[in-house]
Amino acid sequence: MSVAKPLPHDSGPLHVSGRARYIDDVPLPANTLHLAFGLATVAHGEIASMDLSAVRAAPGVVAVWTAEDLPFANDVSPSVHDEPMLATGTVHYVGQPVFLVIAESHLQARKAARLGRIDYRERPAILTVDQALAADSRFEDGPVIWEKGAAEAAIAAAPHVIEGRFDMGGQEHFYLEGQAAFALPAEGGVVVQSSTQHPTEIQHKVAEALGLSMNAVRVECRRMGGGFGGKESQGNALAVSCGLVAHLTGRPAKMRYDRDDDMVITGKRHDFRIEYRAGVDETGRILGISFRHLVRCGWSQDLSLPVADRAMLHADNAYLLENVRIESHRLKTNTQSATAYRGFGGPQGMLGIERAMDHIAHELGLDPLALRRANYYAEAPGASPPDPQSISTTKKQTTPYHMEVEDFILHAITDRLEAASDFAARKAAVATWNAGNAILKKGIALTPVKFGISFTLTHLNQAGALVHVYQDGSIHLNHGGTEMGQGLFRKVAQVAASSFGVDIATVAITATDTGKVPNTSATAASSGSDLNGMAVKAACDTIRGRMAEFLAREHQTIPAKVHFENGRVFVGGDEIGFAEAVARCYEGRVSLSSTGFYATPKVSWDRKAGRGRAFYYFAYGAAVSEVVIDTLTGENRILRTDILHDCGASLNPAIDIGQIEGGFVQGAGWLTTEELVWDDRGRLRTHAPSTYKIPACSDRPRIFNVTLWDGENREETIYRSKAVGEPPFMHGISVFSALGAACAACGPHFPDLQAPATAEAVLAAVKRARGAA
Amino acid sequence: MSKIHVTTKVNGDDVEFLADPRESLLDCLRDKLDLTGAKEGCGTGDCGACSVSLDGTLVCSCLVLGVEAQGKTIETVEGMAQDGDLHPLQRKFIEHAALQCGFCTPGILVAAKNLLERNPDPTETEIRYWLAGNLCRCTGYDKIVRAVQDAAAEMRGAA
Repeated sequence: MSVAKPLPHDSGPLHVSGRARYIDDVPLPANTLHLAFGLATVAHGEIASMDLSAVRAAPGVVAVWTAEDLPFANDVSPSVHDEPMLATGTVHYVGQPVFLVIAESHLQARKAARLGRIDYRERPAILTVDQALAADSRFEDGPVIWEKGAAEAAIAAAPHVIEGRFDMGGQEHFYLEGQAAFALPAEGGVVVQSSTQHPTEIQHKVAEALGLSMNAVRVECRRMGGGFGGKESQGNALAVSCGLVAHLTGRPAKMRYDRDDDMVITGKRHDFRIEYRAGVDETGRILGISFRHLVRCGWSQDLSLPVADRAMLHADNAYLLENVRIESHRLKTNTQSATAYRGFGGPQGMLGIERAMDHIAHELGLDPLALRRANYYAEAPGASPPDPQSISTTKKQTTPYHMEVEDFILHAITDRLEAASDFAARKAAVATWNAGNAILKKGIALTPVKFGISFTLTHLNQAGALVHVYQDGSIHLNHGGTEMGQGLFRKVAQVAASSFGVDIATVAITATDTGKVPNTSATAASSGSDLNGMAVKAACDTIRGRMAEFLAREHQTIPAKVHFENGRVFVGGDEIGFAEAVARCYEGRVSLSSTGFYATPKVSWDRKAGRGRAFYYFAYGAAVSEVVIDTLTGENRILRTDILHDCGASLNPAIDIGQIEGGFVQGAGWLTTEELVWDDRGRLRTHAPSTYKIPACSDRPRIFNVTLWDGENREETIYRSKAVGEPPFMHGISVFSALGAACAACGPHFPDLQAPATAEAVLAAVKRARGAA
Repeated sequence: MSKIHVTTKVNGDDVEFLADPRESLLDCLRDKLDLTGAKEGCGTGDCGACSVSLDGTLVCSCLVLGVEAQGKTIETVEGMAQDGDLHPLQRKFIEHAALQCGFCTPGILVAAKNLLERNPDPTETEIRYWLAGNLCRCTGYDKIVRAVQDAAAEMRGAA
């Protein structure tokens, strides 16, 4: 069987030789037009006058369009039609596209785009959560509130009340390949190539903009140079622009953002302020807790509501909360429209309670890990021996949104990770080090992750596939998922190869194409292999079933006695090669092509009420990180990280470990070096890698051990695997927690470390720990 | 602006092209020579995706003018495989799963090859700091470092 093998990425040989083509590498027809946006320079204002004569007169410029020139829908919103592609009268953030330049070359378009003269009647800009709250600038009428039990009463009656407030920054995706699209005019419509996680949405938005039905637009995506959520909706504007220009001029059109434009125009991870108030008993057991999430959503809605929902859905992380209240404010500000980013709000919600845990432990003088374990959900039966410290397993345990937790395995994972990482001894060594060193202080922390798998918009939990077996025995595979480096195509090809019992080389992987598989969901929410793997399996099973029936009839046996293995087909007592079996089926007029479809079972969720089974299952894991800080400069390093992560029965251990390592480093980056800075005029000042620092090779932990948990998914997922894209991102929280512990080693006070823990933030926390105001 | 005739050697082949004097070497490689292995990740010399070797020096080709290549020798990722055989670094990157989206991979391979030409037996720290100018957003770098170490060991053994 091909599944469970650590096969390399399918594009590996192309990647290493520079032959893997991304949008910008595709050879262009000679008459291709190149596009660039002219951008707003104020955060909020009405356009008083616009003089684009210099833009039109610039070398190579073919045309310049504003909102009035667009023939049909001027909208690139993925949700509620509140995001014009080109500004209409008012601009809402610095960087908002106002006009579109169409030129003969990429550089000509970009240079001309800087020549627009726009006068604005400036309006007060709302930039911060405080300003937004004061102005009641928000999406939806008021905050969303979910409650289970009676949080306020429980907190009031608790022996100890710990409360705090902290800010966590957003995050730039920094996919190495910037946003890009290309469109060719076609009979009756256009063909679009887009670097997108969501080809169907590109198709939908392009069709709307062209006044065509969806069947006139075909969208293709072979691969992205990274996505991370940043290509779920943020590529719409480029693809729509290219589609429009190709359709209206009859010439091919291409658009790509330069890195600075990309960072200035596109949305990022939502930054949050989280206020928490916990009532706890002497042992640290949480009796009641309330959270207030202040979410900075930016100027348009984009995906902010489900992102903020998912933050609420992860406010409990691994902990059973009997009395809990979560209040979420989705604030509208004059900044980039914050969007999907790996974890989709989950990391922010989870960091809220992990921070509260560290705060409670500090105030009560408890061991942070013992405190965490005392509040864990109870272990699922059979996962490990019952923990005497844990909450009684006899009672049905539910999340704050009333979903029963049936698959909890973090007690066992934590046990094993504690042992494997030598946690207790290292914690003692850290304490010894800190007692003997005044300048360099160390910290160590273990943090758990429980992450819900499913789209919370239930209807998105579906997928389609198209499989052809050609008469020579080769297999052509297509499905609705997109490849952004995560290895999805390889995993899904393994599923197809396993179904037919053939070598992986027999399966040709092809570009995602809305003409082959329609109505796909975004490759997002970690769902790629869960959904598309099942859809492909369904298609393969159909073809295999037809083959088995025919071959059984030929050999006068029953279909159940036909087996596909090692490139052979065993029929009753006979054995033939797969290709020969296929040829016989072809000659026997058996259909060798099939679609496949999958809809995730069991999920049912009422987001308004905050009730129901939002997720098919949970993915689990835990991480231990040890860090050192320099108390004179705030500089910090990760010395060692150990991760134990649950991918169920892994479809491909090499790819899954890669996801875990990469996710962790990205999560650690979010909470350490990656700082987004807007000035008081709403201008993003960190719009290039010179000022925005993602982790580099030298930042990776000195010692880095990643292990897969060897269980299988209790639910019937594809070969009992679990989704892996997002959950490991949140292991980065262990670094933040360890940094907090290192700061706390500097003095008696709670250091109140803010995120990201840049050198400046660490230094400030060290001072607070020592008692400075 | 009039264009300048540039004669240079790329991956062992003599090539010539006409370049606007303001055009970057990266754009010349990609647009005039169809060598799209080097990528534009930032255009400011911070990400390393456009790394090539210029007369043996590792450079960000987005910060070099095309006309500066006159009379020089350029090596890009497309020249690493010899007669269809992958370079040990290329093979080890595949074997160690040291790539995901692949966009940074050509630049990292060129940088790593340049390191091993100077220092056939680098320490892990030397590899980490040499590659610190090449950003990767997907892998977390661990497998990249291991792949370089493994390739270096193989190349030392083969030498």
